[in-house]
Amino acid sequence: MAAGVAAWLPFARAAAIGWMPVANCPMPLAPTDKNKRQDELIVLNVSGRRFETWRTTLERYPDTLLGSTEKEFFFNEDTKEYFFDRDPEVFRCVLNFYRTGKLHYPRYECISAYDDELAFYGILPEIIGDCCYEEYKDRKRENAERLQDDLDSENNQESMPSLSFRQTMWRAFENPHTSTMALVFYYVTGFFIAVSVITNVVETVPCGTVPGSKELPCGERYSVAFFCLDTACVMIFTVEYLLRLFAAPSRYRFIRSVMSIIDVVAIMPYYIGLVMTNNEDVSGAFVTLRVFRVFRIFKFSRHSQGLRILGYTLKSCASELGFLLFSLTMAIIIFATVMFYAEKGSSASKFTSIPASFWYTIVTMTTLGYGDMVPKTIAGKIFGSICSLSGVLVIALPVPVIVSNFSRIYHQNQRADKRRAQKKARLARIRVAKTGSSNAYLHSKRNGLLNEALELMGTPEEAHVGKTTSLIESQHHHLLHCLEKTTGLSYLVDDPLLSVRTSTIKNHEFIDEQMYEQNCLESSMQNYPSTRSPSLSSHQGLTTTCCSRRSKKTTHLPNSNLPATRLRSMQELSTIHIQGSEQPSLTTSRSSLNLKADDGLRPNCKTSQITTAIISIPTPPALTPEGESRPPPASPGPNTNIPAIASNVVKVSAL
Amino acid sequence: MKLLPCSAAKTSSPAVQSNVEDELEMATVRHRPEALELLEAQSKFTKKELQILYRGFKNECPSGVVNEDTFKEIYSQFFPQGDSTTYAHFLFNAFDTDHNGAVSFEDFIRGLSILLRGTVQEKLNWAFNLYDINKDGYITKEEMLDIMKAIYDMMGKCTYPVLKEDAPRQHVETFFQKMDKNKDGVVTIDEFIESCQKDENIMRSMQLFENVI
Repeated sequence: MAAGVAAWLPFARAAAIGWMPVANCPMPLAPTDKNKRQDELIVLNVSGRRFETWRTTLERYPDTLLGSTEKEFFFNEDTKEYFFDRDPEVFRCVLNFYRTGKLHYPRYECISAYDDELAFYGILPEIIGDCCYEEYKDRKRENAERLQDDLDSENNQESMPSLSFRQTMWRAFENPHTSTMALVFYYVTGFFIAVSVITNVVETVPCGTVPGSKELPCGERYSVAFFCLDTACVMIFTVEYLLRLFAAPSRYRFIRSVMSIIDVVAIMPYYIGLVMTNNEDVSGAFVTLRVFRVFRIFKFSRHSQGLRILGYTLKSCASELGFLLFSLTMAIIIFATVMFYAEKGSSASKFTSIPASFWYTIVTMTTLGYGDMVPKTIAGKIFGSICSLSGVLVIALPVPVIVSNFSRIYHQNQRADKRRAQKKARLARIRVAKTGSSNAYLHSKRNGLLNEALELMGTPEEAHVGKTTSLIESQHHHLLHCLEKTTGLSYLVDDPLLSVRTSTIKNHEFIDEQMYEQNCLESSMQNYPSTRSPSLSSHQGLTTTCCSRRSKKTTHLPNSNLPATRLRSMQELSTIHIQGSEQPSLTTSRSSLNLKADDGLRPNCKTSQITTAIISIPTPPALTPEGESRPPPASPGPNTNIPAIASNVVKVSAL
Repeated sequence: MKLLPCSAAKTSSPAVQSNVEDELEMATVRHRPEALELLEAQSKFTKKELQILYRGFKNECPSGVVNEDTFKEIYSQFFPQGDSTTYAHFLFNAFDTDHNGAVSFEDFIRGLSILLRGTVQEKLNWAFNLYDINKDGYITKEEMLDIMKAIYDMMGKCTYPVLKEDAPRQHVETFFQKMDKNKDGVVTIDEFIESCQKDENIMRSMQLFENVI
């Protein structure tokens, strides 16, 4: 029973009096309303916007938040209203559901935000009214596809160390960008496909005359050369096919797939030709088989996404294409018949039969108009003109449907590729935000230590360096601090003076680097042999080397695009030197710590008072905010990461 | 009463939409009831009760009047198993006292006032009016049979025990035995009221819905 009609229940019950005189037996007792109270107004305050409704309206759906006692949790005693810290726009729809019994989905609302709100209020989305259900379902499906897409590409990017050789091979075949070998293979096969197609074409070109015989095509003149080329290509294709067959996770499904059929058809003629040479009867058939060699050109569809999209479009527009074909056939038959009978009278007419007229009809309807068959009678000409006019129309009708399908699929692909490309930037931003929070902790810790140090050093004016942190931040930091105390380990703290410089005046770093480059060069050579190159290439902050950690800091700085990550790391060492009081052992120990360092850690440069807190070996703490899968903190680690990162570049253009 | 001709609520049946003029008229019908004080004086409801009733009424019929199709639709929501259209038709006629094809809020309140707050006499009068389909002052067996069939239709097919074909007729016979004192084949209003007042069950059940509002 719809909620709105509940208001009419008293009427229906009153009308039941009409049955009383007719009834033979006594009626049951009526239920009494024990908690009968006057219907009261409830005020629902949703983020400041006040909604008011009757209590009975909300109680129509007792298994939702608002209809049950669950809303008492949100009751504010002081203001005598129910306060919800949620979106008031969506709440409007929710409340209308109680009022009218129909849940609507506003088009401007984001689907996941809407779902979240519905889940909060305990309303199942399935009861969305018919008017909005289609839209809701479409948006939901799009969202699910997008999430699935992200998940898939994430899975692709994850380094799965336990891939078997066969699986790696298959992945290499499917995504040429995963490894250089795959890329080489990809280009080699592409090259040979092109060579094969070109040889097929050139074979038939007349190549000049051999004295004493007529003009020969190149294929017969240089038959040996062409045969060798053909053999080479077929070798490559056979090897490729067998490798794919070996690597395929499901061989049966692979054999049935379109691409594999194309592969087989492309190489079969050669083998068949090998088998049945010099047999007069079948050589004619053999010549026909050579036609199938042109199928090699379809192998390019592995190399071009645009071709694949085209194929997919044609497949999805099968019904429109079928309709086009059917309507064309109908029209052709009709007009051919008409033309045949119209031209029957004229002498020496080319329209000898109806099938002969098919050719004229097709040529006319597609507006080709070769002119090899033209009507001569007046009736023929009239019908011929009608034929050409209608041809334009019949062909033009299904074409926009196909075009729009193609455009939609193409744009979908573009969006997917763009999303993948932006994903890296997005992840980097997320990572930066996360490091921000860890940096904040270290910053505050550094500030605390700095204050201590400065006080000890007797420079009180710099004692109040840090920013004031919010209560939440300070509690969070306290938590991290407690963990440190519990485990007896600690996070590395940055150089106080250095950080002071960066937090206040950014440019001095730059200046410092230039000044101390010389000094640092030797020390950096010793200490960063394996990790220097990665730092130069890892602008996006994806690597885990200590140098790259500096690059994360560069995102905060205006002049961040300088390839100064190395210089910056050297600067750390330089500051060590500047401090002067450090023992060389400290620097080496620090650098070795850096080599093994993980995320969120910074090399520190400190005065002796702080030494005790720092020298503890940093383990890759679980608290590291950057929780992505990182290789273990060893120097070989960063190296293996690099090829993966370089290969994560996603091409955006589909064609 | 500011009733514009040709009522129309949310649903529109093809029978009503016979021509364009009807459509135009239907699009603009609105009905506002009399003032609250007036209604309070005319009926036996308090202001608050009237407010509650009107809110429910207006929720289902924003145009202010109920036509027969909407009425049938609303009533059928309470009896999902059976077919309550016939009985709703009779009920509609009983409420539509001025027979203009639409039940306005005043009609609604008038009926409800009798049913819920009226004297037993008034209630019995109303019931008689319901049974007397052609409003000629006599209940014939055929009329009663129609009413009975309509009531049994509301039960639907899935009943226990299974509905027998002649159950309505038998029920009508029982009714006439009880009510028709002079055995002339029709029941007049006086016979009806007199017989009902003698029957304990009926008297008791008339008081059943006192506290509906």
